[in-house]
Amino acid sequence: MKFGILVNEGPYTHQASDTAYQFVKAALAKGHEIYRVFFYHDGVNNATRLTVPPQDDRNIVKRWSELAAQHKLDLVVCIAAAQRRGLMDKSEAKRNGKDADNIAPGFRISGLGQLIEAGIQADRLVVFGA
Amino acid sequence: MSEENAGGVAKKFLYVNRKAPYGTIYALESLEVVLIGAAFEQDVSLAFLGDGVYQLTKGQDTKSLEVKNFSPTYRALEDYDVTKLYVEEGALQARGLSESDLVVPVEVVSAQRMAEIMEGQDVILSF
Repeated sequence: MKFGILVNEGPYTHQASDTAYQFVKAALAKGHEIYRVFFYHDGVNNATRLTVPPQDDRNIVKRWSELAAQHKLDLVVCIAAAQRRGLMDKSEAKRNGKDADNIAPGFRISGLGQLIEAGIQADRLVVFGA
Repeated sequence: MSEENAGGVAKKFLYVNRKAPYGTIYALESLEVVLIGAAFEQDVSLAFLGDGVYQLTKGQDTKSLEVKNFSPTYRALEDYDVTKLYVEEGALQARGLSESDLVVPVEVVSAQRMAEIMEGQDVILSF
């Protein structure tokens, strides 16, 4: 089956990102396809490469990046939600006159159309959080 | 814009709104998805449950909150061909509201009917 995934909550505060990650891993292990993982609302905070969690805890952001590299996952961060919350890639930083960017490897910033498209293309869109 | 509808066949999208309009950003960002999604020419419905019914109430005044009153946007949904708005009857009643308190025409439905509406969808986005 082809899954679309929506993550609506940020890391650590809420379980949504952890559960989504475990779901994606389990689905891939069973031979399913992950069409896209879309990060919305505070979920965009899962994409900051500047998180430094305690060493004895899981690194949620790094875990997503590694899974993306391993399985060529499409991790998409909503641009409107990201801009509100200070998440940006190099080109967005430049366009908005900011002196830094903070998007972790494997994530890309794009529009909400990518979420709708995931809903259209996937057999199931599974929502985590909110 | 039919080229955006890559599959050719429209899917049934239901946006479920469960939260009050202010206090959290869910209602506003849900509405943003609805507006963007309208360009994809899918079969779109909105459902309002629980505190979500407050999103549609008339006379919202957010001045002292210093946040934007986005309730007029619901009136613009018609221009995006988003006309199927379902409000759960019990949610209105529990909050002392009736259809006349809302900014847009809606269909007030029972919890049972709402369940049937949800059952008939392809994609449900819950905010």
